[in-house]
Amino acid sequence: MSLLRTRGLSRHFGGLIAVEGVDFDLEEGEVRALIGPNGAGKSTLVGMISGRIPPSRGTIEFDGVEITSWPAHKRIMAGMSYTFQITSVFPGLPVRENVALAARRRVPQGEVTQAVEAALARVGLGERIDQEAGDLSYGHQRLLEIAMGLVQRPRLLILDEPTQGLAEGEVAQFKALIRDLAGATTILLIEHNMQVVMEVADRVSVLNFGEMLAQGTPEEIRANAEVQAAYLGGGDAAA
Amino acid sequence: MSGAGRIWGLHLGLIAVLFALQFLLPAYHHGNLARIMVLASYAVGYNILFGYTGLLSLGHALFFAAGMYGMGLGIQHGGLSPAPALVLGIGAGAVVSLALGLLALRTSGVAFMIVTLMFAQAGYLTILYFGEYTRGDEGFVIQSAQRVLWGIDLSEPSNRYFAALVLFAACLLLSLWLIRRPFGRTLIAIRENEERVRMLGYDTQAHKLGAMVISGTISAAAGAFYGLLFGYAGASFGAVPHSILPLLYVLLGGAGTILGPFMGALFMFYLIDLSSGVTTAHMLIAGVALVLLTLFAPQGIMGELRRRAFGWLP
Ligand SMILES: Nc1ncnc2c1ncn2[C@@H]1O[C@H](COP(=O)(O)OP(=O)(O)OP(=O)(O)O)[C@@H](O)[C@H]1O
Ligand SMILES: [Mg+2]
Repeated sequence: MSLLRTRGLSRHFGGLIAVEGVDFDLEEGEVRALIGPNGAGKSTLVGMISGRIPPSRGTIEFDGVEITSWPAHKRIMAGMSYTFQITSVFPGLPVRENVALAARRRVPQGEVTQAVEAALARVGLGERIDQEAGDLSYGHQRLLEIAMGLVQRPRLLILDEPTQGLAEGEVAQFKALIRDLAGATTILLIEHNMQVVMEVADRVSVLNFGEMLAQGTPEEIRANAEVQAAYLGGGDAAA
Repeated sequence: MSGAGRIWGLHLGLIAVLFALQFLLPAYHHGNLARIMVLASYAVGYNILFGYTGLLSLGHALFFAAGMYGMGLGIQHGGLSPAPALVLGIGAGAVVSLALGLLALRTSGVAFMIVTLMFAQAGYLTILYFGEYTRGDEGFVIQSAQRVLWGIDLSEPSNRYFAALVLFAACLLLSLWLIRRPFGRTLIAIRENEERVRMLGYDTQAHKLGAMVISGTISAAAGAFYGLLFGYAGASFGAVPHSILPLLYVLLGGAGTILGPFMGALFMFYLIDLSSGVTTAHMLIAGVALVLLTLFAPQGIMGELRRRAFGWLP
């Protein structure tokens, strides 16, 4: 059974069609990359899935339960976790507290400290646990975002362009992390870096002008002429 | 953890100092400090919503007045003794803050300020409207004979001081405890970045409502004690300037610090007290003080201390 199913999911902003009629299925345990040109509607789609953005039309099912009208916090409690494309941490609070806030929602009280330290170690921020989040470099704030998602031990982890702004070594570390999580955690990954997509994704979905253009294995997507025209042939492709 | 020991030590130490001052201060300052402690309790309540949750209310006089009139009318017209009258006042504050929270928290930002202001104004007009019972602007005196709590005459200065200290200590320690708990930490996070808190799985609306009720109930407790200790309830305590008062205290003392409300109340009280000896325009002095503050210490007294030297201050 699919962990996540959307049917006819649409979102319009005034006259602008951001997402239109998306049917999307995600199998438990897979790593799925969601790609598409800038403005294709990727963030809007995962925003609707996570409850951040109310859909204009369509339905969302999570683990066999219809959750279309659920508020975001209920979805997180049901096992979704969401990290922001535009870094959204608590700049005035210590790194530790940033992750602890995420942990307290999903981890038993007595295990929070340990879970926080483990999540930060996993993304390579173990040494910075007592710094203020606002003092971290941009790349480190991205990693903090990921740690906040990880620590919730989600069933579905949604990552919106996590590698944006990461140094090369950090991207390699991120890929290792995803491989490590794969199988146990279902991952929906929005990613512009095609190398990351090719290396970590089991399957790839391509969104273009708000509609699902193609889905398949990384190799199939790479070979798909339509996708090449819409996206891979474009400027930022081969990165 | 030694950090926790230091924090509790500091706050319990302040309470101990205030207890000792009772025996040392001359009568005039003794009376002032009793009043300051009750007003500081009001500001402690305000600080939970404004300083820690980041919601700027312009209507807290509504809660203060709910406590004051709940208690006062209970004694005056309900024939209650002080203990149940206090409970009635505090309960009235809880109910009113819950009701206002349910309505006002549908808005945010400037709209929230306006809505709280309007409801407080409606509360003020209600007090005037029922002048038959409340005696409107003129207010009513609660006689000394009606202010005997468990055999303790609260109109007697040292008893009054002690009762004010008990209230203040309870409010201060409650706020300290609350802010160190997960609930309080979540409030701080809401102040910093509400959308992120929501997407971490928190029902931010419910948390803000909780903050509103706790804040309003503490403010109501201050109102109830104020009326009981100083023997008077009047409509001016429900008017707009009295909603601004705790905002000034908190800004001066340091928003989002546990000791800020007390420091703010203490400084503002004496600033006005000293300046009214020199000029009748004492609110002007308060205004100048605030301008200087925003220029040179925008985080208030305790906020600056925390920023410059004592990062561990809660
Ligand atoms: N809140 C909003 N109000 C109006 N228009 C919006 C809003 N959010 C997104 N849009 C528009 O919807 C379209 C899809 O945006 P979205 O952010 O989902 O794209 P994306 O695929 O995530 O792009 P990117 O790769 O740049 O992150 C864009 O045209 C965008 O301008
Ligand atoms: Mg996007």
